[in-house]
Amino acid sequence: MKARVHVTLKNGVLDPQGKAIGHSLNRLGFPEVGDVRQGKFIELEIAETDQAKAKARVEEMCKKLLANTVIENYSIELVG
Amino acid sequence: MKAAVLVFPGSNREGDMAQALELVTGRRPSLVWHGDGDFEKVDLIVVPGGFSYGDYLRCGAMAAQSPVMAEVKKRAAQGVPVLGICNGFQIVTEAGLLPGTLMRNSHLKFVCSDVHLKVETSQSLFTNRYQAGQVIKVPVAHAEGNYFADADTMKKLEDRGQIAFRYCAPDGTVDGSGNPNGSSSNIAGVFNETKTVLGLMPHPENAVEPMFGGTDGRGLFEGMVEALS
Repeated sequence: MKARVHVTLKNGVLDPQGKAIGHSLNRLGFPEVGDVRQGKFIELEIAETDQAKAKARVEEMCKKLLANTVIENYSIELVG
Repeated sequence: MKAAVLVFPGSNREGDMAQALELVTGRRPSLVWHGDGDFEKVDLIVVPGGFSYGDYLRCGAMAAQSPVMAEVKKRAAQGVPVLGICNGFQIVTEAGLLPGTLMRNSHLKFVCSDVHLKVETSQSLFTNRYQAGQVIKVPVAHAEGNYFADADTMKKLEDRGQIAFRYCAPDGTVDGSGNPNGSSSNIAGVFNETKTVLGLMPHPENAVEPMFGGTDGRGLFEGMVEALS
């Protein structure tokens, strides 16, 4: 199955890249754009058929490598 | 004093660091490859600057999980001093040896210049050659040096005297004018609780010879020699 991991900055952590993207969009004629937060999307192919087991393993991956929990949150979605 | 300098794919300051160590200690450090889970006994482990693993995912994230870092963590727990500079600072925070993390510079630009640092304490094996409050000038070169930790961690760092260096103006004033990257409380370097691990963004190894613009970084090496020999 596939696991889709979203890594995002925690609330309250300054995101200068998101801010720069927001400013650019405003300048490009999208004044409706307010706060922008940038994150990462990681798709993993997992050799596991049990959903619960796969979820637990991906959780471990997030904590160990994929996210830095000092500043980032992560969410996991399993597909297939 | 026998030192080991770690080398990851993408490290680029290991040569400068080895030269600075040899210049001050008279002994050439050994270079240890990231895949080596074991290496000779040393008095000091240095994690140098560069772009380990191309800064993929997050600066220092991959390197922090390498075999050599598992061994460094073990030795750090036994009290072996560890010095992480620039990318090395990012690696040791990712490895959990120091609190907090280094984020993208607030102005989003790579910064390469001389900065002034206020030495916060002389009470450590790394800073004993400096005076508390002394201002030194050393270079920085990074895009992710913006130190961040949550409010609780920041308070602990302040209360326990774990802040080693702060960016400052040439006269020692700690304010926004001397801060090159938006770092919280102008933090340039922090210790662990026992002050046996130091991480800092600036490059004292590039300020050890007059020919290259100053020798203010030399005190760090001389201090370590005194403490560890």
